[in-house]
Amino acid sequence: MNDDEAGATQLSVNGEARRVASDPATPLLYVLADELDLKGPRFGCGMAQCGSCSVLIDGREVRSCVVPLASALGKDVVTAEGIARWYSPDSTLHPLQDELIAAQAPQCGFCYGGMVVKAAELLAANPAPSRAQIVAHMDGHICRCGTYPRLLTAIERAAARMRGETA
Amino acid sequence: MSGARLSSPAELTRRGLLKAGGALLVGFALIDPLARPARAQFGPPPGPDREKIDSWIIIHADSTATVLIGFVELGQGATTALPQVAAEELDLDMDQVRVVAHETEVTPFQGGTYSSSAIANGRPQVQRAAAEARAELLRRASQHLGAPLADLATARGVVSVRGDGGRQVTYGQLLGDRPFEISMTGEAPLKNPSAYRIVGQRAARPDLAEKVMGHRTYVQHLRLPQMLHARIVRPRGQGAFGAPPRLLALDEASIAGMGDARVVRENDFLAIVASREWDAVRAARALRAEWDIPASLPDSADLYNAMRRGVAAVQVVLEEGTPGEGSVHSVRFAAETPYQAHATMAPNCALADVKADGARVWASSQDIYALRGSLARLLGLDPLAVTVQFAEGSGTYGHSLYDDVALGAALLSQKMGVPVRLQYERADEHGWDTFGPAHIGEVAIACDAAGKLTSYSYDGWQHSWAFVETTEQMARGTPARGWPMGPSRSVNPAVCGGMYALPYRKLTDHVLATEEWPRGAWLRSPLDLSFTFASEQAVDVLAAQAGLDPVAFRRLNIADARWLGVLDAAAEASGWTGPELPPSGSLLRGRGVGLGTHLKGWGAAVADVEVDPESGRVRILHIWGALDAGCTVNPDIVDAQITGQLVQTVSRMLLEEVHFTPQGVTTLDWNSYKVARFSDCPEITPVIVQHLDQPSSGAGEEVMAAASAAIANAFHAATGKRMATFPFTPERVRAVLAG
Repeated sequence: MNDDEAGATQLSVNGEARRVASDPATPLLYVLADELDLKGPRFGCGMAQCGSCSVLIDGREVRSCVVPLASALGKDVVTAEGIARWYSPDSTLHPLQDELIAAQAPQCGFCYGGMVVKAAELLAANPAPSRAQIVAHMDGHICRCGTYPRLLTAIERAAARMRGETA
Repeated sequence: MSGARLSSPAELTRRGLLKAGGALLVGFALIDPLARPARAQFGPPPGPDREKIDSWIIIHADSTATVLIGFVELGQGATTALPQVAAEELDLDMDQVRVVAHETEVTPFQGGTYSSSAIANGRPQVQRAAAEARAELLRRASQHLGAPLADLATARGVVSVRGDGGRQVTYGQLLGDRPFEISMTGEAPLKNPSAYRIVGQRAARPDLAEKVMGHRTYVQHLRLPQMLHARIVRPRGQGAFGAPPRLLALDEASIAGMGDARVVRENDFLAIVASREWDAVRAARALRAEWDIPASLPDSADLYNAMRRGVAAVQVVLEEGTPGEGSVHSVRFAAETPYQAHATMAPNCALADVKADGARVWASSQDIYALRGSLARLLGLDPLAVTVQFAEGSGTYGHSLYDDVALGAALLSQKMGVPVRLQYERADEHGWDTFGPAHIGEVAIACDAAGKLTSYSYDGWQHSWAFVETTEQMARGTPARGWPMGPSRSVNPAVCGGMYALPYRKLTDHVLATEEWPRGAWLRSPLDLSFTFASEQAVDVLAAQAGLDPVAFRRLNIADARWLGVLDAAAEASGWTGPELPPSGSLLRGRGVGLGTHLKGWGAAVADVEVDPESGRVRILHIWGALDAGCTVNPDIVDAQITGQLVQTVSRMLLEEVHFTPQGVTTLDWNSYKVARFSDCPEITPVIVQHLDQPSSGAGEEVMAAASAAIANAFHAATGKRMATFPFTPERVRAVLAG
């Protein structure tokens, strides 16, 4: 685990082994944002209330602002930047990202780093989510610009596309 | 070092926008912002000369253009729609125009990006500059090709001679990467709207791919070498604007061992800086500081009584006409509405690099020119030695803490001698926001037997906005000072009866002293949701007395064709036949209508509301929002803006309320200050009433006031009761239904 740099730890992020020096008690968000220059998980509240900082750890969405680095060690962390390759190693856009662009869904877009991760988690588990299931799954994520209608449309279209129902 | 790469100042000058060897473009108008009394009265500050084409448009060798825009991207799409305007007049396509980052001395002053002004004010400015640029390019092409102007045609940056397609020259050949070096002539013809190819059409926003792929750079991501991370330390939740807390004692040992975190203090301004961000965060949480926090506010449970007691001045905003004859129906209606927060997704953040002879600050301010003046004052620097570059943050919906945080970052950088990135925490943002002020409205209206309005009066109780940021107050002891009353803080003639033909109207402000209340500032459609909540409910009550349907009553009294256009558009889209809707089991349902705008533009809304009389829970089922913004440059962006307005209105009507005790604000997070989530979001139907031949008015906040009224009227249609305050919490609803 430790290598040449004293105290350094290996962390798997978006399919790559990265070396980080932060104390294992540091919330994962600060490791991702400050040490690894990732921009997908974003600080919104620091209290797991809004979902701006969401990442996947072994396929499950967590709030990186409260989860310590220690609990991500030895597991696979995926951020919004890595969600396309997590879906399929040779894709540059997750179908959801395609549909979000097609729907011109974001306004300021700040919450989308977390929205994309949370919706991708759903689409991996449920190929045909109902509107009510999507709402229940996404309800812990706030979009202050109020882009929920276009987000919902994009998630439904992405699910249909992933089922092969649309191009 | 980590983070987004920042260009050096030299790379970001206007000169750098042209290829090496380009002529110097900048011509300053030497105006001293400090000599002016208040930023509200600022004229154009120092910056690129707005009468020079070069201040707006740069033509490159490949015949593409850079457009210099003085408005900022707040997520609203201004940096897509304004290039559409430029492309249209220049006869370029959208893939041939781009914008540069908004920065003092680089981009021209167009006013702050507020009051939904980016298109309303920006479109004619950009349109004129682009038309002037095209006229000059055609003049040069005419010489170059030896053909009269009338024979020239332009497309995609190529000027050709009609009927002789072989004779052509490109914009790039005529001017590529060289300045125009001419002033506006005032004679360049504008394109006829009937010939528009780009304006009025959907154009995809170039910023959205990065935003969904996760690698968009926000101000929060900017980093500089040797930079320190900073957090402020303030009491949790502000008291009155005029009674800032005093720092009594400090225990620096309480943060021992947290990396290199250390305390920085300037009078009552207190902060932590550290090399590593998490060390700054935990030290700011751990620091033991003792504050003198005066009991400076009423309890929010007694807010409206305190407001009625606290009137400092009564001012008539407008009185016109004489009451009409034959009033037989009359209504008095009073409403009370709370402080509400901007509650930005991202707590504000700024990066500052202050040196002895100058400063560079990256901030997500709505007005970087006004911020430059404030920074210069705080730092003791000449304004021309301060550069502010806009860096996108999260949506702000008005004046949140973007300037406060920029001042703090700059002060800390000056004290530390290195760049400082100051990031607010959630409780800082929620607790020290400049809120949308609370309001009491009393409406008295009357109509004759036929239902024609005969008189209208509106009395409003509210205070103005805080002129001084908290950072300045705490660091410098700057006395609290409010903005004078004026548009967006006084009773608004556009929404308080402005949509109706009225023989008599009187609007009155009951002004509260700004210093005695929580900090106020503009919050999207400032006070308008409150004004129409009172006024348009009164209109519905009067309509019922006159025995008229709410839509029919409004049609009868409406002021002009534009108002009628949006009312009909909303009524038609919703299939309006009346306010009654059948209940769904034990759930009551009703439909309401409302009219409203902000300062310009025309908005109408219809809402379907469901009320559970047992629990008091209110659900908005569907809202139709119609907006006439004159010429809508990009209908897809405006569709999104209407949607966002309607969702935020649902949030503000059902959920949002700032609470406080005498010692300070207590709604400090997303649990105590709730906003709309997916499950609160109704079905939304935006309707755009397009007038390509008209000037553009705003589209960022002109439907909210109509929607707040529609929701209130729908609640009445469902329950037979009137809500006199919002948000419609289950407790309030149960109390009203029991009353």
